[in-house]
Amino acid sequence: MAMLDLHPIAVIAGKEFWDRIRNRWVLAVALVFTVFALSIAYFGTAQQGSVGFRSIDLTIASLVSLVIYLIPLIALMLGFDAIVGEKERGSLDLLLTLPVTRVEVILGKYLGLAGALTFSSVAGFGLVGLILSPQLNVAALIHYAGFMGSAILLGMAFLSLAVMVSVLALDRTRASGLAIALWFFFVLIFDLLILGILVVSGGQFGGDAFPYLLLLNPADVFRVLNVFSLDEVRTLYGLATVFPPALSHPALLCAVMAAWIAAPLGVAMWRFKP
Amino acid sequence: MNADTSLSLAALSGGAGAAASPPIAPPIILAGVEKRFGPTGQIRAVDGVHLEVPAGALFGLIGHNGAGKSTLFKMMLGLVTPSAGSITVLGRPVNGPDFRQVRRSIGYLPENVVLYDNLTGLETLRFFADLKGVTHAGCPAALERVGLAHAAGRRVREYSKGMRQRLGFAQALLGDPRLLFLDEPTTGLDPEAIRDFYRIVAELRGDGVTVVLTSHILAEIQERVDCLAILESGRIKAQGTVQQLRDGLDLPVTLALRLAEGHGPLLRAVLAGLPVTLPEDDGTGGGVLSLACPRDAKLAVVAALMGLGDRLLDLQVQEPSLEDVFFGTRG
Ligand SMILES: Nc1ncnc2c1ncn2[C@@H]1O[C@H](COP(=O)(O)OP(=O)(O)O)[C@@H](O)[C@H]1O
Ligand SMILES: [Mg+2]
Repeated sequence: MAMLDLHPIAVIAGKEFWDRIRNRWVLAVALVFTVFALSIAYFGTAQQGSVGFRSIDLTIASLVSLVIYLIPLIALMLGFDAIVGEKERGSLDLLLTLPVTRVEVILGKYLGLAGALTFSSVAGFGLVGLILSPQLNVAALIHYAGFMGSAILLGMAFLSLAVMVSVLALDRTRASGLAIALWFFFVLIFDLLILGILVVSGGQFGGDAFPYLLLLNPADVFRVLNVFSLDEVRTLYGLATVFPPALSHPALLCAVMAAWIAAPLGVAMWRFKP
Repeated sequence: MNADTSLSLAALSGGAGAAASPPIAPPIILAGVEKRFGPTGQIRAVDGVHLEVPAGALFGLIGHNGAGKSTLFKMMLGLVTPSAGSITVLGRPVNGPDFRQVRRSIGYLPENVVLYDNLTGLETLRFFADLKGVTHAGCPAALERVGLAHAAGRRVREYSKGMRQRLGFAQALLGDPRLLFLDEPTTGLDPEAIRDFYRIVAELRGDGVTVVLTSHILAEIQERVDCLAILESGRIKAQGTVQQLRDGLDLPVTLALRLAEGHGPLLRAVLAGLPVTLPEDDGTGGGVLSLACPRDAKLAVVAALMGLGDRLLDLQVQEPSLEDVFFGTRG
């Protein structure tokens, strides 16, 4: 793997991206995001006896708890097929006999799919942001933009995991199984596991380390990134004391997210061998 | 059946495309190539293959399913790493430092490839042209060449099996490769399409392109290739031109003849003393008779048969087909 050639990366990425535009994947996902975000913004507080948009912070908090399920699922479903699918159809062999390296195939696939997911997120949540904007001040808009940015990073991290699965799995069936297992693990099981360890050890284990354990899960990084930039919610959850201020630096959290994007892709490139 | 396509290797290298230049090095050289699969390497897919494909040749690789043809192809293309041995393609070690450059001169049609359903035929070719680093200008021409011009704007999803195979072939032709690898290229094609396919292959050969193709249908390939290798259980059983293989095996020639009624005894008389195997039925009934004789006795037997005069109604000399060669090498 001497040098990267940007041209084949762009060609493969372009094909993946336009595929998702043309088969209306981007449109469908953007619509899902818009519908969910709008319902949360206007009806999310209905149980408190009122309907209609109330507070951006509460809206974002509800959006975060929705997106944390939805985006990893969408990203894993989008990416698990990327390599293993072409391997099964035989077109991967064709790609690899062209003047294209394996690393370039992975990067092209990843960037194209990441582009499609990002486009859906920006369009879907952006539209809602536009609709809400008359009722938002500048600070609220920045919060909302922060939420959108972190949602995009979350998607890219899980897409990276999906591409890794797609390289490691022997066939499509196993790849989809592995993708679903990753979703269960990071979205449902991980937090329970950590909580369980905390409870069983009576707070002995973890303690100070507990917040850092959350960095081992990109979904939690996303949650922390959003929750701890919001004063209202911080007091609401009463977690402020537990959390070391060092960890609430958005830049640091973004760097952790970047690592979550780079590491699985790195594993994918390393394991993708003849 | 009446096969006489002896084309010596010497005649080949003096063919079109090689006329002015000194003898060209073989574009493909395999030395002691092995591939073992499985955790303990118990599956020997390819087992000690030595092979040189001459420049400009139309080379056939023949073998039953599972003989190792596709695995051999994938090793020559750098898709599968050999367990042992070395492979040189167009003068460069496969997957060596400048192999990317070599890839620009290679076309490949994988076995049973499924292309992208949601692209049109033309878009498919443009995608591969982009990756090969050649302009889109050749794409419509490639479609035209394989007879898909009418379907250029249709999605591959709507293509029949044969059309998909043609599209895969068109893809392999992009960028005027010097070396073509076609793995079972005629599966799914009807007889007419198979003729079209071999017509194009013959044109390519005329342009000096080296073409390697695999098949398990012997009858189809034996009249068309310049030379071939017979692969069985990962080993090359025989290698050379069709004629060389026949000569080397010294298989008997078959003479099919038709005799006027009631001259069976006369036939026996003229053939007396010649090394001919006669069937039980001596042709007194007037049907077609098959005689077998060693290759070197062929002319003597024919001369003797001429002695029958007009009582001999018809005579056909049948060379052993490649099928016979193939099965002849089997035991
Ligand atoms: N990836 C693989 N893993 C394990 N065995 C394989 C693999 N690829 C091919 N084989 C085995 O190697 C042998 C040769 O296969 P192949 O090259 O596809 O034969 P052919 O193309 O002549 O039909 C077969 O026994 C096949 O099962
Ligand atoms: Mg095969």
